[in-house]
Amino acid sequence: MLTIAGLSTGYGHIEALRGVDLEVRAGEIVTLIGANGAGKSTLLMSVCGSPRAWRGRILFEGRDITRMPTFEIVRLGIAQSPEGRRIFPRMTVLENLQMGATTAPEHFEDGLRRVFKLFPRLEERRLQRGGTLSGGEQQMLSIGRALMSRPRLLLLDEPSLGLAPMIVKQIFQVIREVNEQEGMTVFLVEQNAFHALRLAHRGYVMMNGRITLSGTGRELLANREVRAAYLEGGHGA
Amino acid sequence: MEYLLQQIINGLTLGAIYGLIAIGYTMVYGIIGMINFAHGDVFMIGAFISIITFALLWMGGVTSIPLAIVLVLFTTMLFTAVYGWTVERIAYRPLRGSFRLAPLISAIGMSIFLQNYVQLLQGARIKPLPPLISGGIVLMEGDGFAVQINYTQMIIIAVTVALMTAFTLLITRTPLGRAQRACEQDRGMAALLGVDVDRTISLTFVMGAALAAVAGLMFALYYGVVDFFIGFLAGLKAFTAAVLGGIGSLPGAMLGGILIGLIEALWSGYFSVEYKDVAAFAVLVLVLVFRPTGLLGRPEIEKV
Ligand SMILES: Nc1ncnc2c1ncn2[C@@H]1O[C@H](COP(=O)(O)OP(=O)(O)O)[C@@H](O)[C@H]1O
Ligand SMILES: [Mg+2]
Repeated sequence: MLTIAGLSTGYGHIEALRGVDLEVRAGEIVTLIGANGAGKSTLLMSVCGSPRAWRGRILFEGRDITRMPTFEIVRLGIAQSPEGRRIFPRMTVLENLQMGATTAPEHFEDGLRRVFKLFPRLEERRLQRGGTLSGGEQQMLSIGRALMSRPRLLLLDEPSLGLAPMIVKQIFQVIREVNEQEGMTVFLVEQNAFHALRLAHRGYVMMNGRITLSGTGRELLANREVRAAYLEGGHGA
Repeated sequence: MEYLLQQIINGLTLGAIYGLIAIGYTMVYGIIGMINFAHGDVFMIGAFISIITFALLWMGGVTSIPLAIVLVLFTTMLFTAVYGWTVERIAYRPLRGSFRLAPLISAIGMSIFLQNYVQLLQGARIKPLPPLISGGIVLMEGDGFAVQINYTQMIIIAVTVALMTAFTLLITRTPLGRAQRACEQDRGMAALLGVDVDRTISLTFVMGAALAAVAGLMFALYYGVVDFFIGFLAGLKAFTAAVLGGIGSLPGAMLGGILIGLIEALWSGYFSVEYKDVAAFAVLVLVLVFRPTGLLGRPEIEKV
């Protein structure tokens, strides 16, 4: 579904990705783990054309999207909940969700019902401004907003960052639900490696802009290097 | 008392014109963070287009004045909007992502170009518009002084109120308005959700220019003369209005416009006509000293 081949990109003169190969197949949950600054967010954003690829190619459902403008890429059926959530702070929860339906306005009512079912909290807060929500609520809104376009591929950047364990659990449950019940393909960037690898079908490990390991979630969980680098101590979470 | 009321009516009329122009400044600032210095000249072009259209309609045999005004209103909005769109395409879009001062310099260049362009095509002399609407309503009569609101003033205020209402609904209730606010708050995120950011910015210029066009028509009707330089002072005052109200804020632009109009009218009425512009700018300085973000502007701390 998503094929990334030999992708290099960066910011100014800094190269953040150095020849990344990666594949996400339809129906999968694939996770990408790695230390801070490894290039995970850059990879996710470059799928949507920002930053642009310097070298390499990105294919979505067989179509080359490497040079397409961002708004056209997402119209093909990709949605992203980016790093930092990026809620529109001076818009209400409802308006943020309306923005999420930009590419699929005809599904707005359906989408709204579904998002409110997944995150009842958002319904209670529907007329509150995005900027006044708590961190957990903003994360729900960011994911909900991404779901509003009914994407076939959902890109999530660290949805668990800074959230209470209860909310993390709820969010991971939602990811599993949309994947299992609707067959939505999910590409998940996480620092919470333990949870992410348990949830995902397959995973990749990134270091300094390169993919260093890949395998099924189970394999990576058992891998000694992965355990040493990303799971040490954080196990009980 | 009667005299004061009269000045307030005059001030509101002026304020309506400034407010319509100020919206263009404030919207463009909101969405791309730059002052469109050519906006005053777009207003001036609107005034010229309305005078030319009046003349053409006259020659074409349209004698009904209300019909002529309505036709001129739409024609002027349309053609001026094309100018607004073109200015953005030529002078600003190629510089997007360039250093911050670049589009500002380009805007000043555009402003000078538009003035010279009109001067070349239309000549440097003032162009008169014969008074089309005469008469008015006497509201109050006191010792030797009648408070009057003339029909031109009534049209200006009514059209402005209608346009501002429509415009506020457009921004707060429609998908386009929502996309504009989204671009204002986080352009990259708007694009990630499928908003065509370039198109949204273009439409912002188009809308700003259309409102400035209406202001141009009002100006021509009210003063009866235009020249290639009217955009400078009117633009400067509308810009002052936008800053006074809080640049980036729509209600702020309207409020700022009205205040600048009132200050100007009251000052000319009670003190001296020569210093009316100084008064408006002095109030701006005072407000900025005590409220740097303008009257309705929001402090820049809401960033998440
Ligand atoms: N907007 C940016 N401008 C310049 N450098 C950036 C920017 N975003 C990220 N980087 C750099 O690119 C590298 C990869 O960052 P990022 O993709 O955010 O990593 P991760 O998401 O894995 O923490 C880091 O060295 C980071 O400093
Ligand atoms: Mg990151």
